[in-house]
Amino acid sequence: MGGWAIAVHGGAGVDPNLPEERQERAKQLLTRCLDIGISALRASSPAIDVVELVVRELESDPLFNSGHGSALTENGTVEMEASIMDGFGRRCGAVSGITTVKNPISLARLVMDKSPHSYLAFSGAEEFARKQEVELVDNDYFITEDNVGTLKLAKESSKILFEYRVPTVALIDSCTSQAETPPLTMNGLPISVYAPETVGCVAVDSQGQCAAATSTGGLMNKMVGRIGDSPIIGAGTYACDVCGVSCTGEGEAIIRGTLARDVAALMEYKGLSLQESVDYVIKNRLDQGKAGMIAVSSNGEVACGFNTVGMFRGFAAENGSMEVGIWE
Amino acid sequence: MGWAIALHGGAGDIPRAMPPERLKPREAALHHCLQIGVDALKAGRPPLDVVELVVRELENNPHFNAGKGSVLTSNGTVEMEACIMDGNTKRCGAVSGLTTVKNAISLARLVMEKTPHIYLAFDGAEAFAREQGVENTDTSHFITPENIERLKQAKAANRVQIDFTQSTPKAGEKASVTALDSQDGTVGCVAVDGNGNLAAATSTGGLVNKMVGRIGDTPMIGAGTYANCYCAVSATGKGESIIRATVARDVAALMEYKGLSLNEAAAYVIEECAPKHTAGLIAVSAKGEVTMPFNTVGMFRACATEDGHSEVKIWPDEQLG
Repeated sequence: MGGWAIAVHGGAGVDPNLPEERQERAKQLLTRCLDIGISALRASSPAIDVVELVVRELESDPLFNSGHGSALTENGTVEMEASIMDGFGRRCGAVSGITTVKNPISLARLVMDKSPHSYLAFSGAEEFARKQEVELVDNDYFITEDNVGTLKLAKESSKILFEYRVPTVALIDSCTSQAETPPLTMNGLPISVYAPETVGCVAVDSQGQCAAATSTGGLMNKMVGRIGDSPIIGAGTYACDVCGVSCTGEGEAIIRGTLARDVAALMEYKGLSLQESVDYVIKNRLDQGKAGMIAVSSNGEVACGFNTVGMFRGFAAENGSMEVGIWE
Repeated sequence: MGWAIALHGGAGDIPRAMPPERLKPREAALHHCLQIGVDALKAGRPPLDVVELVVRELENNPHFNAGKGSVLTSNGTVEMEACIMDGNTKRCGAVSGLTTVKNAISLARLVMEKTPHIYLAFDGAEAFAREQGVENTDTSHFITPENIERLKQAKAANRVQIDFTQSTPKAGEKASVTALDSQDGTVGCVAVDGNGNLAAATSTGGLVNKMVGRIGDTPMIGAGTYANCYCAVSATGKGESIIRATVARDVAALMEYKGLSLNEAAAYVIEECAPKHTAGLIAVSAKGEVTMPFNTVGMFRACATEDGHSEVKIWPDEQLG
């Protein structure tokens, strides 16, 4: 048994021109969240409680794209989604289309613990939230001034968004006639407009049990009703007896690549180590998509991988190591 | 090598005492849908079109739990979901929470082809359907008298479902429709052509007496539906178990990462990964192999391959006429 370990992320695909001040705030938030997680792990909280606690904190802070500060739909509304999975027994809960629940991750946990189902969405999920008496807020609570402005910019460049992004064949390669380097984009949006900052946490406790949690407002300017990878077990989130994984980035590419499950599948079926599996998945399972992930193994290892420009992330382990970073 | 096709109409506790008037129309539907798929493959239609065509036909048949014949939510409404995936490109589309779209699978295909997203649900999916001009119908079209009865019985036997107690009706409490019938699971189709192009499609009304807003395994890529360049898989059974075991993706992952054959991979997932009495799947490989394992009492299923093999079955052994 390798002791406890924890990793957090605040999204992959960072604007290289992100103001210094915002970078600092991101690092401070990641550090604060790690500290919360570390204290809980030291106090012998089970991994599943730790990941929920940390993601609640990330949701409540407006900096990243989840809970307060979520990206907006094409209609200017917020539709949040989240999922959580306990490696022990592979129990899981997920929610989509959340409009008034302050902490979607905790509603996902309640779906897992208090419903016969794994996944509730839209009005049914909201109804369940009211029955469970979770904290509700007005939809306006989630909408920040920053995001209203960003939606406007996204709409101005939305022509690109609605040209379907061909997943495998060489969309970019076939356009080699264009000499200038293409602008940095994610999900068809210029990087400055893209709001990738899905949040997630993975942890392994001192009992060697893994858990994963992911929460997001989704893609800026998304169609109403769009579901991304975050609530999909095996895509954005996965945990089992060997590891816990949380992904972030271009949701559609993550879904197609079943990224989170594949990290575990490579460990189980191919005998790779945690970091080897993460590297393999980022290299081979994304086609041309862009994404990143954090992962922990039941042995207390922690790993991270991304093919984007930067990923907001932090790690800590029982042996005293701790790291917070954005760039490569 | 050669084309192959398999389809299912759900796995579950299909009672062997099912009366002929309930059995016969389902058998006939399996034969009919298989024939449609075989004809389409013989005519050189791409597998993606074939699986959509066959699932549309299964959706239109009131004897299976998808489209017309979908089971009801705890509110007595219908909320359908579906998913389609193309193996070579791994492009995919999914929908949930549909109430008026006649063929959910075709809307999933439109999500794949006409939006930048993979998955649309509830009001947003319905709005997209109207925008695309797909065939809409009053939600009452989907509701059959049998499913109204099923819901009534489910509520009587299982009124504590919300309290997370599993449905364990006491002896004798299970009444006529559920005892002599089955509307478990979903419908699905997988196909491969002679060039190894693969596709999978799955469609469902979900679970009887499900909570409003419940999403099952069917629309989830990797759980109920998956296709890549190795194989195409459609799963059916208890959604929550299939989600946890990422059933469809794991069949492909075992082939890719462990070098198992299609048969071995599918058998491993059904025997080792999915809990007993919860799941069944159909799968075809790029080489034209077919497999249809399940760990439930039965699974409505049919398959055919280019070399002339064809079968329509419900329980583990016997061949239907």
